[in-house]
Amino acid sequence: MQAIKTIQSTFVPLNIENVDTDQIIPARFLKGTTKDGFGKNLFRDWRYTNDDEQKPKANFVLNQTQYNGKILVAGKNFGCGSSREHAAWAISDAGFKVVISSFFADIFKSNALNNGLLPITVSENFLKEIFEQTNNATLTVDLEKQTICIDEIKKLETFEINSYKKTCLLNGYDDIDYLLGLKSEIEAFEKQYM
Amino acid sequence: MAKTLFDKIWDKHSVKEIDGGITILYIDKHLIHEVTSPQAFSGIENRGIPIFRPKQIVATADHNVPTINQHLPIKDELGKLQVDKLIENCKNHNIELYGLGHKYQGIVHVIGPELGITQPGMTIVCGDSHTSTHGAFGCIAFGIGTSEVEMVFATQCVMQSKPKTMRINVDGKLEEGVLSKDIVLYILSQISASGATGYAIEFAGSTICNLSMEARMTICNMSIEMGARCGLIAPDETTFEYIKGRQFAPANEAWKASLAKWKTLYSDVDSIFDKEIFIDAKDIMPMITYGTNPGMAMAINANIPTVESFDENDKAGFIKSLAYMGLQERQKILGQKIDYVFIGSCTNSRIEDLRLVANFVKGKKKSNNVEVWIVPGSKQVEQQAIEEGIDKIFIDAGFQLRQPGCSACLGMNEDKIPAGKYCISTSNRNFEGRQGAGARTLLASPLTAAVAAITGYVKDVREL
Ligand code: SF4
Repeated sequence: MQAIKTIQSTFVPLNIENVDTDQIIPARFLKGTTKDGFGKNLFRDWRYTNDDEQKPKANFVLNQTQYNGKILVAGKNFGCGSSREHAAWAISDAGFKVVISSFFADIFKSNALNNGLLPITVSENFLKEIFEQTNNATLTVDLEKQTICIDEIKKLETFEINSYKKTCLLNGYDDIDYLLGLKSEIEAFEKQYM
Repeated sequence: MAKTLFDKIWDKHSVKEIDGGITILYIDKHLIHEVTSPQAFSGIENRGIPIFRPKQIVATADHNVPTINQHLPIKDELGKLQVDKLIENCKNHNIELYGLGHKYQGIVHVIGPELGITQPGMTIVCGDSHTSTHGAFGCIAFGIGTSEVEMVFATQCVMQSKPKTMRINVDGKLEEGVLSKDIVLYILSQISASGATGYAIEFAGSTICNLSMEARMTICNMSIEMGARCGLIAPDETTFEYIKGRQFAPANEAWKASLAKWKTLYSDVDSIFDKEIFIDAKDIMPMITYGTNPGMAMAINANIPTVESFDENDKAGFIKSLAYMGLQERQKILGQKIDYVFIGSCTNSRIEDLRLVANFVKGKKKSNNVEVWIVPGSKQVEQQAIEEGIDKIFIDAGFQLRQPGCSACLGMNEDKIPAGKYCISTSNRNFEGRQGAGARTLLASPLTAAVAAITGYVKDVREL
């Protein structure tokens, strides 16, 4: 997993609420047996007309060249629905490092964190202000300090992140390395538990 | 100190707590299927580590299997690759697989309970969000992502922050024609699709206690649709009766010992929940969804709400979803013409669901304007339907009785609803494109679905 420290980038505004993982990556594109290549089907049905023609829909943000960057900003309750980790893989594979919303669904959040994709929960107001920025505006995320800043208007907000998860992201560790280190404790637990 | 049911099970499975309030939680049963496991198998293989406790894992093929001609090779190449990978992975790692052709094959959340694998007090995970279904037996059961599947492979543990607790109490007698699916859709309509995010829900109250195990599973199944981490119901005589004698249920002395343990699984009288909700059963009508998340549900005879009735922030989402559904504000949904009826999925594809539909349908014919797919949840359900003669009732009615799998619940195989068509579905999600690109899903109970199959329209069963 790649470490994250600070990121300054333009962003893609997806001003839609309740974006479920079926939208992020529809089930019919889950047939891969590796983690790669899901980015091309990210938001497939919002991005393209039907499967055969695959014409980009001009009114969808990911098809508008003025919007780009490593940060995806979305409306509240992002990532609800199916537990498919493919959603986090697709977002990462499309080049995003950070997703911002005012509310994340539980499983999506942990899936994102497990893949070095940083989910940042901001206040409703702050989210609104991000959406009000013009397309060249940048955001700066500082994971160490747990801050996010709208650079243009120098507006700063702190965000919460679990301290263990923060250490993992800053160092590029993953949970399995950590858990494997606890193996003898887990075996001891099993003995008293069984 | 008084403890909730959730806390009792959680504490018993906590190996240790680490930084940031994260618990290392020990997992009793790990269920896997073809779609969310291949990357986890490659993960541990790349690390060069074995599967820690293969005996605690059960596998099945369900998400993208065909529902016709299951004895033939799978036509879809990518789908076949996933199923073949599962067979190969289970063989290499000594994991029990109930694959295509096996008499126990079926939707993962249907087979766990029916085989007696799911038992009170357990922690159960699966790379599928509807793992919450198993909570009906008094388990902590939740969906995990593929990285976590890999963690459980490696260590039989996951790392989780402890959710808050919520109790939803439903009391009183249900009206005629109201099923457990209506209860859960009603709760969703009240608290919204994100109303329980961050919580573990316990469903309680006299109405819940009077439900059968299968009806309870329908409710716990959809707790994830409220955003909850899991949903659970305290086990009681109904639970024990259901488990007794099943394939993997404890027997003889082990049964007695288990029973003694299971009887301690309830929330203590004085236990405190972070949130508590009270619902009167008589307020619950047969329900239906009109929008593109399961919280957009209403009584079947109600009118779709107006844009005005929504908060400023929610208006755009509401308008977008009605446009997708081809419906209007204020409109009645009663009388809406239906093109497809799907009776299946881990929410409502068990034998009681099929019996109930058969009971209504017996001697009737399907409407000409609908196509009806009945997809049993498992081989065992299918077998029982045949033994009871239910299959004939469906075939005589002009329904298609398919073979077990997830099918049109998520449209991963070829069972897709065409764009623009209306489908009454007994599944759990009405998201845009869930049943196929452009498909329009109306979630309802098996009874409401059966009524639509015969009449071709959304109708209130109480008015027939
Ligand atoms: S039936 Fe639907 S909800 Fe249930 S496991 Fe299959 S895809 Fe998931």
